[in-house]
Amino acid sequence: MAGPMQLALGFPLHTAYSCYILNLMVQCQRVHLDASFAALSDATRRGILERLGRADASITDLAEKFHMTLTGMKKHVGVLEQAGLVTTEKVGRVRTCKLGIHRLEEEAAWIERYRQLWEARFDELDKIVEELKLDGRVDGRKKRK
Amino acid sequence: MNNPTTVERKSERELVVTRTFNGPPHIVFEAWTKPELLKRWWTPKSIGISFVSCEADVRTGGTYRFVFSHAASEEPMAFFGRYIEVTPPSRIVWTNEESADGPVSTVTFEEKGDQTLLVLHELYPSKQTLDEAIASGSTGTGAAGEQFEQLDELLVTLVRS
Repeated sequence: MAGPMQLALGFPLHTAYSCYILNLMVQCQRVHLDASFAALSDATRRGILERLGRADASITDLAEKFHMTLTGMKKHVGVLEQAGLVTTEKVGRVRTCKLGIHRLEEEAAWIERYRQLWEARFDELDKIVEELKLDGRVDGRKKRK
Repeated sequence: MNNPTTVERKSERELVVTRTFNGPPHIVFEAWTKPELLKRWWTPKSIGISFVSCEADVRTGGTYRFVFSHAASEEPMAFFGRYIEVTPPSRIVWTNEESADGPVSTVTFEEKGDQTLLVLHELYPSKQTLDEAIASGSTGTGAAGEQFEQLDELLVTLVRS
């Protein structure tokens, strides 16, 4: 699903990629993907992503390039931001937009992958604990004999 | 149902993982410290990495060396360090020396009735090093190829701990 779209748009669909390639991403909840695809259903927003794929840009730059009002551009960027496709940062009076998911979301996603790693390990460890408990009982019986 | 595993970034430099096991501490300790047992759970199938070799001399001052193979990498990857403190059956402290910015890891096994509360604590040298560990494993911007590389690196980094 991500492949053809990614090629057509010429930019990486970070979230979708991670999901399909690795089972480790929690970000790939249906809601999140729906938001991403809804965000991509609009030609202007796809154009914005294409442009941000080449260089970061301020809302004002983007509004000029797409012949839109600041308010209109803010709305589009907001939708992309909600979908986790764009992140914005305000420095002084300028809000700069770039491709990618938000830092905090990245951290949360990393921590969740890390948790899943340990969960997978510990689920295996459970089995060994059960085995050892069983061995202990057998040994105990032998000793009592 | 399995007991829940939780992870928290406790502070700027610390990550804490907790999990309860349905057995006494000496058993969980044994499964953690005997290489032939550790090998059976440290690389679960879902992470796509397997042991090439596993050496662990689990006593205070001892060392360990885990070598893994990964489908995306031809070269095996080695993770190694020292045991700073080993107190059976309740506590192990070790270093992660494959990188200069590796954390010091402490695992404790606390008896709770018939169960064991395991707490794994990883203390990074600084806020920056933990931030970088997280950032290096995140999908930032850039070409798709780079992202795959980053994700592959992440898998490697995760196994280290």
